[in-house]
Amino acid sequence: MVEELIIAGFGGQGVMLMGQLLSYAGMREAKNVSWMPSYGPEMRGGTANCSVVISTDSIGSPIVTEPMTLIVMNRPSLDRFEQAVRPGGLLIHNSSLIDREPERTDIRIIAVPAVEMAREVGSDRVANMCVLGAYLAATGVVAYESVAECLKEVLPERRHDLIPLNLKALARGASMVKP
Amino acid sequence: MKQVYAVPKSLQPQATHYCPGCTHGIAHKLVAETIDELGVRDRAIGVAPVGCAVFAYDYFDCDFQQAAHGRAPAVATGIRRVVPDAVVFTYQGDGDLASIGAAEIIHAAMRGERISVIFINNAVYGMTGGQMAPTTLVGQKTTTSPAGRELGHAGSPIRIAEMLATIPGAAYVARVSLSSPANVARAKKAIRKAFDTQLSGAGFSLVECLSTCPTNWGMAPIEAMEWLEKNMIPYYPLGEFRTPEGGASNG
Amino acid sequence: MAERKLFKGNEAVAEAAVRAGCRFFFGYPITPQNEIPEYMSRRLPEVGGVFLQAESEIAAINMVYGAAGAGGRVMTSSSSPGISLKQEGISYIAGAELPCLIVNMVRGGPGLGGIQAAQSDYFQAVKGGGHGDYHCIVYTPSSVQEMVDLTMQAFDVAERYRMPVMILGDAVLGQMMEPVVLPDPRPTDAASAGWATTGARDGRAPRLINSIYLKPDELFQHNLKLQARFEQAKAAEVRYEAVNTDDADVVLVAYGTTSRVCRSAMDRARAAGVRVGLVRPITVSPFPYQAIADVARTARALLTVEMSLGQMVEDVRLAVCGAAPVHFYGTTGGIVPTASAIAEEARKIAMAEVGK
Repeated sequence: MVEELIIAGFGGQGVMLMGQLLSYAGMREAKNVSWMPSYGPEMRGGTANCSVVISTDSIGSPIVTEPMTLIVMNRPSLDRFEQAVRPGGLLIHNSSLIDREPERTDIRIIAVPAVEMAREVGSDRVANMCVLGAYLAATGVVAYESVAECLKEVLPERRHDLIPLNLKALARGASMVKP
Repeated sequence: MKQVYAVPKSLQPQATHYCPGCTHGIAHKLVAETIDELGVRDRAIGVAPVGCAVFAYDYFDCDFQQAAHGRAPAVATGIRRVVPDAVVFTYQGDGDLASIGAAEIIHAAMRGERISVIFINNAVYGMTGGQMAPTTLVGQKTTTSPAGRELGHAGSPIRIAEMLATIPGAAYVARVSLSSPANVARAKKAIRKAFDTQLSGAGFSLVECLSTCPTNWGMAPIEAMEWLEKNMIPYYPLGEFRTPEGGASNG
Repeated sequence: MAERKLFKGNEAVAEAAVRAGCRFFFGYPITPQNEIPEYMSRRLPEVGGVFLQAESEIAAINMVYGAAGAGGRVMTSSSSPGISLKQEGISYIAGAELPCLIVNMVRGGPGLGGIQAAQSDYFQAVKGGGHGDYHCIVYTPSSVQEMVDLTMQAFDVAERYRMPVMILGDAVLGQMMEPVVLPDPRPTDAASAGWATTGARDGRAPRLINSIYLKPDELFQHNLKLQARFEQAKAAEVRYEAVNTDDADVVLVAYGTTSRVCRSAMDRARAAGVRVGLVRPITVSPFPYQAIADVARTARALLTVEMSLGQMVEDVRLAVCGAAPVHFYGTTGGIVPTASAIAEEARKIAMAEVGK
């Protein structure tokens, strides 16, 4: 089993955290994982993205250029990466903020109205967790329980009071997707 | 019979390679006497520069490291941080300290690095053959300022002691001259004070020693001493520019 | 199994160094390696060590010289432009026979270049960099775990041969996170006890740390001594990994991040029926000449892949010595080659060679 994904969005939307959470969860399940951030000036307020590879075999390149899954949180990221998704792959997009439909017809597409969902569960700051929940339900690459356990490691201690809210958001996102 | 003089124990008993009339020998002796007086030869670690004093380690009877040109304060910093109870000193000329090593000396002082710096200012590059130094006086002829240093072209000579005295970490900064017995006696006191400053933990210390280079100045030794007093001291005034007690005294 | 932890490459190097007994770090900020000094500034004081941010890379490497000469287990890290500045000090460290670790998280050049990953400092790292006849031992890890393992080993090797050791990483290796198993901390031994300048205590003779030998015959002998020590390292320290080379028509040669991409390319090519293998140097100085000469006897061709316009390929050609064609595929400027492009290149070479 191997999963190669790109997660992209504005800086501040929590895309790096989503990638790290998946990596921790994969490691918890004794899989091989790698997480590779974009870095440099583009981190300062522009678009941010990370490559994540989760595999039961050893991982070759940690840099994903043709993702099996693409998660995009904003329009510029959809524009930049949509064509790179492998045929038969998966695209999950944050339809609350993206004002166009994806063009690809050879991949599975899931639209998550993440901001509205996040507000439903209590705060639009957990929009990223709604999208991640949808991803987990759609792929089963790592178990929901593994991700839930790893929130403690990824979130700084002073944010641990937000774990229940994050869990609610993950569950809400997952509830809209049939595996 | 009463012994009135002996070679300091911290010097090895051998002749130096320095030219006749050069004041490096005096400066070496003053440093060695200070190390003897303080009884710290067994924890003294010197850092030799690039320049005429590159072989200082052949004359001092203590541990030494030889540094790249201008980098002695950085090397001394490395030593200082590894051996906390060492007595660390650098011995640097004006090209080494004031030109290529200007950043290193300023930042060692900024950090208040507990090292003592013996800075030999003879207004010329000695070892390479008498080229213009950052301390060469305006109008002074050297092999790379054959018509004399020109202010509008090469700028003005750098006054290291005054500059470093503006830095809080520089606990003791003095300028002395090695040009007469009275001045040498004052130089000895300043070097002792520099080492005392280090041992007390007060911070960085530096003694700028106005020195002669008869060979590259093209003068006899006594003539060179006179030239130093007449030309260098007016531009490079003697005195303490910063002391651990907070005082300063010129002249 | 020991606990796995997710570590960023740069932080893994730093933690491994601390566990290897490194207690002194002198550095200067430069992207993309800043996590190393930042980590050390937090971590070293916890273990009684010293982190110092120097005024420049030049000062930092000379602080390393002083600290190593005084017997400290010491390191510095930087990235390409900063490593250029350190070359003066590295030459002096080599000349004065001092052990230390230098980490270069390579970015694109020349000049200020960029901040993305590159492998264009190979010549500098392997062929000297600074002036004079000297060599560093240069490790090229390809994973975060290997960065840990090689950093631990680097200090021992540096002290064994009394020469500077370099970890030649790149921006990808420094920034990526992977699970690692961290080895237990080791005590710092006193490998330097016989020569370090710590003060001539208890009546011992004064010691000197030095690289100047003005008499030609003395400098000649000194250089022969340094060379002889590197010859010992050549005999004992060469490391590489060979994968699928036995039946390979085309053998890829790559190190570091590029070797990871090549592994993916090899898998793709094999899935498409092209017999591709991989030789991955883990030391590039000393270089695994023999291993590459061996595969050149059975492979139809070699393909060297680098994030440069062709540097290691010169050593590959030296190793192969005409026994097989050596092809080159390179990207530069911060572009990481893709597995599909390398697989395609290997396929074309295989087709051409089989058709001969």
